[in-house]
Amino acid sequence: MAAPVLNKADGAAASARSVQSLTLGKALNLGLRAAMEADPKVLVMGEDVGKLGGVFRITDGLQKDFGEHRVLDTPLAESGIIGTAVGLAVRGFRPVCEIQFDGFIFPAFDQIVSQVAKLHARTLGRVKVPMVIRVPFGGGIGAVEHHSESPESYFAHTAGLKVVACSNAVDAYWMIQQAIRCDDPVLFFEPKRFYHSGFLKADVDTAATPAPLFASRVVRRGHTATVVAYGPSIKVALDAATAAEDEGHALEVIDLRTLSPLDLGPVFESVRRTGRLIVVSEAPAESSLTSEIAARVQQECFYSLEAPVLRVTGFDTPYPAAKLEEHFLPDLDRVLDAVDRSLAW
Amino acid sequence: MSSPEQWTHPEPREGPAATAAAPTAEQVIAGLRATSEGGPELVQLLTPEGERVQNPRFDRYVAEVTAADLRALYRDMVLVRRADREANALQRQGQLGIWVPLLGQEAAQIGAGRAMRPADMAFPSYREHGVAWTKGIHPKELLGIFRGTDHGSWDSAETRFHPYTIVIGNQVLNAAGYAMGQRFDGKVGDDDGEATMVFFGDGATSQGDVHEGFVWAAVYDAPLVFFCQNNQWAISEPTERQSRLPLYQRARGYGFPGIRVDGNDVLATLAVSRWALDECRHGNGPVLIEAFTYRMDAHTTTDDPTRYRHSDELEAWKLKDPIERVRVHLVRYGGADQGFFESVQAEADALAVELREFCFAMPDPPPRQMFDHVYAEPSPVLDAQRDEFLAYTAGFAGGEH
Repeated sequence: MAAPVLNKADGAAASARSVQSLTLGKALNLGLRAAMEADPKVLVMGEDVGKLGGVFRITDGLQKDFGEHRVLDTPLAESGIIGTAVGLAVRGFRPVCEIQFDGFIFPAFDQIVSQVAKLHARTLGRVKVPMVIRVPFGGGIGAVEHHSESPESYFAHTAGLKVVACSNAVDAYWMIQQAIRCDDPVLFFEPKRFYHSGFLKADVDTAATPAPLFASRVVRRGHTATVVAYGPSIKVALDAATAAEDEGHALEVIDLRTLSPLDLGPVFESVRRTGRLIVVSEAPAESSLTSEIAARVQQECFYSLEAPVLRVTGFDTPYPAAKLEEHFLPDLDRVLDAVDRSLAW
Repeated sequence: MSSPEQWTHPEPREGPAATAAAPTAEQVIAGLRATSEGGPELVQLLTPEGERVQNPRFDRYVAEVTAADLRALYRDMVLVRRADREANALQRQGQLGIWVPLLGQEAAQIGAGRAMRPADMAFPSYREHGVAWTKGIHPKELLGIFRGTDHGSWDSAETRFHPYTIVIGNQVLNAAGYAMGQRFDGKVGDDDGEATMVFFGDGATSQGDVHEGFVWAAVYDAPLVFFCQNNQWAISEPTERQSRLPLYQRARGYGFPGIRVDGNDVLATLAVSRWALDECRHGNGPVLIEAFTYRMDAHTTTDDPTRYRHSDELEAWKLKDPIERVRVHLVRYGGADQGFFESVQAEADALAVELREFCFAMPDPPPRQMFDHVYAEPSPVLDAQRDEFLAYTAGFAGGEH
């Protein structure tokens, strides 16, 4: 993978204070801004992304500074957003589309699967579709139906798409820029629950050299068992690791970051040391990314496994009404319970 | 004469709306007869009998069309039809998996295609072999799709002819986006402006993507000509299964002009398309054109139209043939001599032979082709899968298996 080249020349003001304490949402905002400054072909488009700055304010201020031709308040139709973005990409633009909520992506599913994913292969590489589809995803916000879903497996299942999920402010700042620079279409999943969480604020050094986009990362070292997660589940996994420490268990936590292509090298390496794997995701378990990880780990680490791969996921139900979501979502106790079951095997 | 749009009743009647709008048996018969007419709004410059009719609005868009130009349009249509018939035969002989005939739609496609300038972009569905021809794409380059060796082999950036789109209506949104990009690039607003033309059928007008394409193009003032070939049939479903309203009238609801042209009249289609493209390149887009035509053959080679339409209808449309009216006109008014027609015929024969020989010689693609262009940037997971597969197939080398 070519090392990402990113714009660091942000002017004297930026370099004077290249380290800022940012929420995940603000980091995304600054990342989008940096990408737009670096490349005039980058467009932001979606419902309410302009004047309002997006319902989550992730695109706040961009239209004011870059104009209505670069930050498009689109008509309210998701297939239209993605379908026109394909044409803009063919024309040479790099559209960054916002899907307002995870559960609203399905009207665009046809365009994503039939055109976005396949144009490059269909044309034997002559037509590139460099676009990013940003999707605020996951639950825990007490919302009505269709606002809390985790549809990432549909897209990871689709050849031609790349799929990533950020879990923290530093990644959010860099990954969005790397995704925009990628010549492949990228589904970019953002843990909406943590957009504005003060406790997830982190120091983002905009002058640093970022990690590669399509690479998973060990975010906590340990040796008792491996916990793999991504997006909003990273916080649950890290909380579980902290709690497990009190019981004398050192959990190793890996943030997948890239969901397609999966980068399971660090997971295999970890499981060969710990012999135990727990995969955490808010998405339902059946035929999902967590299934894929379990299958691949048993294939690659068969003789290292001391226990079956266990999964802590959302249930195989439609996302429940808000008063039930705390039962649906993986939480610290369910992760610890899985750790205990793995250790007792 | 009654026309299909009169089957619907603008005034509410008793009973459910759908029932109230159902045509009577008499209206169906009258309507079937009327499908060759297209209604009073139809723009026609050359009658089926080959007579030039004056049109104060559109004459000027073909004022400079000479006999030589008309001969060139005739030649285009004959060659495209011959390639179409040859490909159809190649399918019947097992050389192609399927073919999508354009028979009967030559004038609509050549008229629209020849109205475009080289910088204008076209987004086809999968029946636009005639438009492809006008964009400099040889019929040979279409065969891979239907023989199953690739999904389209032409360079869409260089030819300004997007890959064929098979999912009905998808390309309308893609074209709207492309046309928005032409505007964002500052390529719209004067005589040198660029425009885009998107091709779809009457069936596609029911798709949400086409509706959304109308909305997007309208609100972004995109230089986009929606070119709907109403060939009367979406496989087995007639146009009245898609709409109560003549299709061109839908444009009004979106706030841009819609016009119905005789799609079997290459001169009228050329004129109306030039007008529409002109409007678009000057920034007055989008425009909807409904080219009223007829699918003379089956939907594809897998289809059997005798199950759903009367042969009378086909016979009536044969009298409106797009090529014959130009031939008659050229002959009657001295635009071409016998030598011209013979030379075009000879050229068509040579094209058919070329197409046939090319088809027979097409190699199967190498297995790794399916892996090679899934991504623009590497995917280690897919690369590993490819390598494993290639190693597996390499084990068969030498023919032991």
